[in-house]
Amino acid sequence: MNQLQVLVIDDEPGMRMGVERTLDGQRLEFWGTDILDVAVETAGTGAEGVDKILNGKIDILFLDYKLPDMNGLEIIEKLGERAKELIIIMITAYASIEVAIEATRKGAYDFLPKPFTPNELRTVTRKAAERILLARKNLQLAQEKKQVRFEFIRVLGHELKAPLGAVEGYLDLMKTKTLGDNLDSYMQFIERSSLRLQQMRKLIVDLLDMTKIESGKRDRKLVPINLRAAAENAIELATPAANARKISISLESPAEIMLMADSGELDMILNNLISNAVKYNRDEGQVFVRLLQSAEQNIVIQVADTGIGMSAEEQQKLFKEFSRIKNAKTANILGSGLGLSILKRLAEMYNGNISVESEPDKGTTFTLEIPADQQQAETPV
Amino acid sequence: MQQVKTVLLVDDDHDFRIQQRAMLEALKYNVVEAENAAAALGKLENPTPDIAIVDLMMEEHDTGFTLCHNLKKRLPNMPIIMVTGVAAETGVAFNVKTREEHRWIKADALLEKPVRAEQLQQEIKKLLKV
Repeated sequence: MNQLQVLVIDDEPGMRMGVERTLDGQRLEFWGTDILDVAVETAGTGAEGVDKILNGKIDILFLDYKLPDMNGLEIIEKLGERAKELIIIMITAYASIEVAIEATRKGAYDFLPKPFTPNELRTVTRKAAERILLARKNLQLAQEKKQVRFEFIRVLGHELKAPLGAVEGYLDLMKTKTLGDNLDSYMQFIERSSLRLQQMRKLIVDLLDMTKIESGKRDRKLVPINLRAAAENAIELATPAANARKISISLESPAEIMLMADSGELDMILNNLISNAVKYNRDEGQVFVRLLQSAEQNIVIQVADTGIGMSAEEQQKLFKEFSRIKNAKTANILGSGLGLSILKRLAEMYNGNISVESEPDKGTTFTLEIPADQQQAETPV
Repeated sequence: MQQVKTVLLVDDDHDFRIQQRAMLEALKYNVVEAENAAAALGKLENPTPDIAIVDLMMEEHDTGFTLCHNLKKRLPNMPIIMVTGVAAETGVAFNVKTREEHRWIKADALLEKPVRAEQLQQEIKKLLKV
């Protein structure tokens, strides 16, 4: 990774030696963080040079235009596709404009007119090396991204397959009438199946939400919104589920608390936080929604519950995709494992921060803090 | 009158346990459930299980292996059927047919998920020699 392989093709031994002496063993430093160690190889003829390139790992090629067996342009042609992976620097005493244009068209990156000083050689090399380093970094980044994507798809596939397997299992037991002819005996199977299917639907909906956020191409419209009104809406949405388990939801907020936000995104944030607080609560528990403006002009959204809570270890995994906490307490709670990673991404989009405090069997508090003025944050993601 | 046999069912998948229990009860077995390895080791008395069905992947990818070792330490004569979705999911295939494998996989039979009732019945009967 940190090697920079240079090849000089020149029929003049003095030129080959000069480049070798100037560059071989040099250590180039970039941005104070990256290092490239230069190694130089040489070739006296075009054929020897082409052979070294096709069978080696050359990064930079110093290519004399006039060689005994072929000229520089012919060498570039012989390299074919491989030429595109190299940085080619033509060294020539008399580069005509035509040759320069032709060489550039064929893939030459720079020219170094003879005679040149060691310093000129180092400058040209450094420029080329920086380009190579950036290309390597880009490639590495692309590969890492690809890896993350693969992993995401792998886990997603598993998460989608699991509920299908469960439902198939129940259908099979019903088909073979394992519990006899009375449909009532199968109620648990039916209820579990429908729960698993709901879960699958939730996963797909969350996945679509996440894709929307990630693509960033969606029309984001930041407008002044009264957070209190948005929170009241979200609470209303969560109320049927809360009522069913005698959970109360209270709101503590100034009459008006304005922030710049996209209303769809703000709804996603509030719905996620409040529905989680209901879902992971105990029966007859409470949910406290608090909205306030901090001294630093930040908007704080805090949602606390009196639910099952989490251990410190569980909290660490919380915001990772699909890291749904699986234990006896969560076995019957619907969740996709994506809700909190969606929240985290949204918080980041608003230059905000989301944090959690929790104690097992006591409850959990999520706190989201975002700057009220989102003008600077409006740049597309 | 034959005595009712007890099956220890160890799996962290709630739905799989419901389904296995239904199958086993239909086959007239008494079922004791455990959702993880620790719980399983706490359920080896009153009644002592005659056979165990253990999922391979629970808390960890190899929880089932470790559990098999520990179960055999406590109840050397209790046969164990290991069930797994491993081959289907990861392409990792193994079996307990060769002696070499049997030496480190302490299970007596291996079933791949989804497990069908006839298969299960057949394996249990074979291992309990009824």
